Amino acid sequence: MLRLIVDIDGEVIRKVRPVIGYLHTGIEKTAESLRYQQAVTVTDRWDYLSPLFNNHSYALAVEKLMGVEVPPRAQALRVILSELCRISSHMIWLGTSGLEMGAISMLWYCLRERDKILDLNEEISGFRMHTSYIRPGGVFADATPRFLDLLDRFINSFPASIDEYESLLSENPIFKLRTQGIGYLSREDALQLGQTGPMLRGSGVNWDLRKSLPYSGYEKYEFEAAVETAGDCYARYKVRIKELREATKILRQALDTLPDGPINVDDRKLLPPPREELDTSMEALIHHFKLFTEGYSPPVGDAYAAVESGHGENGTYVVSDGTHKPRRVKFRSASFVNLQSTERMALGGMIADLIAIIGTIDAVMGDVDR
Amino acid sequence: MALAGAVLALGDPLFSKGVDGGVLLIVVGKAVATLALLLASVVLMIWFERKIISDMQNRVGPNRAGPWGILQTLADAFKLFTKEDLLPERADRRIFRLAPYLSVVPAFLAFSIVPVGGFVTIAHHRTQLQLADPPVGILFLLAVSSIAVYGIMLAGWSSGSKYPLLGSVRASAQMVSYEAALGLSVAAVVLITGSLSTRDIVIDQHGHLAGFLPNWNVLRLGFIPFVIFLIAGTAELNRPPFDLVEAEQELVGGYFTEYSSMRFGLFYLAEFMNTITMSAVNVTLFFGGPDGPWFHSVRWLGGIVWFLAKTVVFLFSYVWLRATLPRFRYDQLMDLGWKRLIPLSLGWLLVLAAMIVSRPWGFSVVAGGLLFVALLARAVMVGRSATDELAPGPVGEAG
Repeated sequence: MLRLIVDIDGEVIRKVRPVIGYLHTGIEKTAESLRYQQAVTVTDRWDYLSPLFNNHSYALAVEKLMGVEVPPRAQALRVILSELCRISSHMIWLGTSGLEMGAISMLWYCLRERDKILDLNEEISGFRMHTSYIRPGGVFADATPRFLDLLDRFINSFPASIDEYESLLSENPIFKLRTQGIGYLSREDALQLGQTGPMLRGSGVNWDLRKSLPYSGYEKYEFEAAVETAGDCYARYKVRIKELREATKILRQALDTLPDGPINVDDRKLLPPPREELDTSMEALIHHFKLFTEGYSPPVGDAYAAVESGHGENGTYVVSDGTHKPRRVKFRSASFVNLQSTERMALGGMIADLIAIIGTIDAVMGDVDR
Repeated sequence: MALAGAVLALGDPLFSKGVDGGVLLIVVGKAVATLALLLASVVLMIWFERKIISDMQNRVGPNRAGPWGILQTLADAFKLFTKEDLLPERADRRIFRLAPYLSVVPAFLAFSIVPVGGFVTIAHHRTQLQLADPPVGILFLLAVSSIAVYGIMLAGWSSGSKYPLLGSVRASAQMVSYEAALGLSVAAVVLITGSLSTRDIVIDQHGHLAGFLPNWNVLRLGFIPFVIFLIAGTAELNRPPFDLVEAEQELVGGYFTEYSSMRFGLFYLAEFMNTITMSAVNVTLFFGGPDGPWFHSVRWLGGIVWFLAKTVVFLFSYVWLRATLPRFRYDQLMDLGWKRLIPLSLGWLLVLAAMIVSRPWGFSVVAGGLLFVALLARAVMVGRSATDELAPGPVGEAG
């Protein structure tokens, strides 16, 4: 669904023009015609490989508008689900970019681990991919004991899987030939082209939103932002592999320090009251009725919130005109911006390099076109 | 170097008493049997590859048609037969139709010189378990495998489409460059055997080396010709990691993108048949063919079993490579061929030749070679540091 118009001289690339729009779904427009709490479900489907990040940035933007902060347990759960989602997003990247370079088995090995994460998603939210788990005001459901048990097992087993991937690729001479020095992006170019995420950190810029502009309590966890300086495909590979290891570290800390308490804000204007209150409280019934017929209306204003997704800065900009539907929803998608460095990286390379470069950008077309 | 002159260069004993009706019948019978067995083994090989690779990838693989899915290939072939045979409008019709045959016929022919077993006696005619044993067997193999390039090249050329064209350009360049390395490693075998006949090569590998090791060429020639043959052979086959001719992520299907129905099937057939042939040739040249490690006399069934067992090991390793390795880039492939394999095989051939003349000659060539390599490495180092100072900056900056 990504079309590249390439001028070639033999096999050497002289010009690359990406043509996008083949997966345009009108998600921003759809979000504007839905109520605030309904729009969560469409955010799942924008960058369909990292739905939790989309939920997360949308929820943060709406919460900013409403001026609420979610309780610690909800924040910790958000972090856990986000990091799981980062791993699953990177699994797709590693599997497909291995596949694209001819290492076909990587796809199956990676999907095996991703499936465990989808099981975790299913356990906590009932859905495997489009969970709509992180919502304005908190999260959808509390973690079940089985979820925590599965998560614990996953955290224990995952480092061995990373070792396995690394043993297949990291020191593989053919893989190094195909990625080292290929798709070079200098620090300046990366900054000027607005790159974020592993694309930026692979070029030696230490910018990770979880560190630079912490949200959802990321400042409480000990981890390193993965930075490499070489600026080539191999450096970005190293960045992502290191992110997998760091994500496992964050998951371990978040699981061990998971606080007790509510998982939603105690705000009747934003979230419906518990079911049992409806039989006894008039107020609760009114709130319930208002929320399910009209929804909530944030005050007039606008807010932008961004999270560090597997692809880069995943941001949501919401404008409120005081009604129960957003006036404008704009998604700042990392893939779209990262895609514009394709030509800069590919010029002078060969067709086979272009394949490695597309893999290293890790652009999700749903994220590009929205 | 025990040149058993009496055995060498005699050819198939079948023809020693002249050619009559019976002999003709046996030859025809052998040809039909070879064809049938080769086809059957391709069917099994495709199943074997799919099954092994799915095991390596945590998958089940084919398991519907027949027990363990063993009939899956037949089902696929039947499906291909019933498909419409498309002919692209811009294709060069005659060549487009011809190309698959140019690809599949050499694949059949190449196998005919492989000795699959020892000698048998059929109705008082003693004959070899091998379709043909021409005195120029190895040359025939090289010639036939070069013809196969035409099939691929013409297929891409005549399709009238860009991806097949790129695929065929890659294919011809790749096969021509690796042919050289392949030929040089085969030359080492010919050098030590003193004959081009595959039967002689096999017979020459009988016996033991240093008492207990089999007298196989892989040991006698010091591994390097075998390794070069294995790499170059894989490249000749266009199998991973050298499968850039049909790299689907880059070139859709490569040279056979425009082919459908049984013409596509023929390419597929040729590819797997070539894989089997290459494994069989590898066994013949370097692993004693039908010669078992502790068998002195090659009894006819024992020979076939050994031959099959050794071939399957190679087939398995081809599947293994496919499951594990990423693909080379076009120019890296050329670098490997021209800058590594060809000089290495040339140098090794020189050393072997000198060793055959006499030990002192051999060691002086080794010493000379080492000196040459050291000087070359020094020159490259000096040259590289000089260019580093002049280099304008990292590649890619210019864009």
